[in-house]
Amino acid sequence: MNKKSKQEYQKMVEKASPNSNLILDCIKAFVIGGLICCIGQVITNLFEYYGFSQNDLGIYTSSVLIFIASFMTGMGWYSKLGKFAGAGSVVPITGFSNSITSPAIEFKKEGYILGVGAKIFIIAGPVILYGILTSMAVGIIYYILK
Amino acid sequence: MAKRIGKQSVKFDKSISIKSTAATVGPKEGEGPLGKYFDVVLEDILAGEKSWEKAESKIVSNNMKLAVEKSKIGMDKIDYILAGDLLNQGSGSNYGVRDFNIPFFGLYGACSTFGESMCLGGILIESGAAENVLVGASSHFCAAEKQFRFPLDLGTQRPLTTTWTVTGDGAAVLSNEDNSPYITAITTGKMVDLGITDANNMGAAMAPAAAQAICSNFKDFDITPDYYDLIITGDLGKVGMELTTKLLKEEGYDISKNFTDCGVEIFDPVSQDTHAGGSGCACSATVFSSYFYEKVKRGELKRILFVPTGALMSSTSVQQGESIPGIAHAAVIENKRGNN
Repeated sequence: MNKKSKQEYQKMVEKASPNSNLILDCIKAFVIGGLICCIGQVITNLFEYYGFSQNDLGIYTSSVLIFIASFMTGMGWYSKLGKFAGAGSVVPITGFSNSITSPAIEFKKEGYILGVGAKIFIIAGPVILYGILTSMAVGIIYYILK
Repeated sequence: MAKRIGKQSVKFDKSISIKSTAATVGPKEGEGPLGKYFDVVLEDILAGEKSWEKAESKIVSNNMKLAVEKSKIGMDKIDYILAGDLLNQGSGSNYGVRDFNIPFFGLYGACSTFGESMCLGGILIESGAAENVLVGASSHFCAAEKQFRFPLDLGTQRPLTTTWTVTGDGAAVLSNEDNSPYITAITTGKMVDLGITDANNMGAAMAPAAAQAICSNFKDFDITPDYYDLIITGDLGKVGMELTTKLLKEEGYDISKNFTDCGVEIFDPVSQDTHAGGSGCACSATVFSSYFYEKVKRGELKRILFVPTGALMSSTSVQQGESIPGIAHAAVIENKRGNN
């Protein structure tokens, strides 16, 4: 068995391993992702209707979506949605909320400092770090060009 | 005395009896096709504990006691415990047996641990160092996901090649008494690594090791696949089974007619959404300790080759881009001694 080359075996594995249905997954992600964005738009419009200032609409909408996703995570519903929708429920801000709430729940048993405190950003951490770094870089470029 | 055969195998001279077995599983396993064969099916995956890790240790403790009870040997006659699990530092087993007050060897062979414990238990009895040995292996779906993958509530999709870690514990009492069935020979596996780096395709990572161990067993004892009524691997799943069959075919052995896998048997992939099959130390341990043990004991299967398989990576090694080596330990289990 050790005589078989790794490349040969890799080919065998690729042949034997089933792939998920890319087109179907894309459609599901598009529909659910779009639906989440539509819900966001409805929330924005509602805030606007009740006379909230234009500048604050984004923040209020995000907060509501984050709350809903955290609540759904706590109830064990978001993982079911994620299984169905894939990237459709990962990419919107609700996915970000889920990625912070789920480790918080999972690591609560190790305590609030070394458990929740240390592990809460275990999934979202890279997004936050590189998000900030990228925006800094863009900010500097913008400053120079301006 | 035991006789070393070929490069990897040992044939036992004494009677190494599997006096009794016990299998405890979680709710999902209980709903699977083998549900009715398990001794205990838990209704609560936390087993009344506060954490999954504590639940696993409680399952280990209770199930091992049950195995000893069924053997009618008595806990004070157990000379050694050999057990292992997937958690860091083997904590599932360590805490599980901490109140037993019996000499203990903690093992780690990933999902091959049950095979490892049976092989070593057989050697201990054969050598005269022990008369009765309690062996076992456990895993817990939630605890394993937490350690190796993502938080449970994270909304992700599992690739179709992934397997589902079995929650439970399988244990057996090995004894030098003359009671069917027997472990008559073992083939100790080697580390085999054909460069698989995808931790979501453990069947592919373990298949070369399984094929190597099975092939060595055939060569060492100069036998063909039909020597066994059934060849049963641990947790290769659908993908790994297909690859193992192909790899052995290339070596000139056709095992397609009498080959199955505990991971494929334990779940119904369609209704239970488990993808490629079951995995984890408890997969081979519980399926053998219930379903297959009874079949061999009753003589429905006269001779089997039981081959638990393990993928020996850590979450750190995977992150550092290391490939995943596999291992498989084979035990020949027979309804009668002296068939060969």
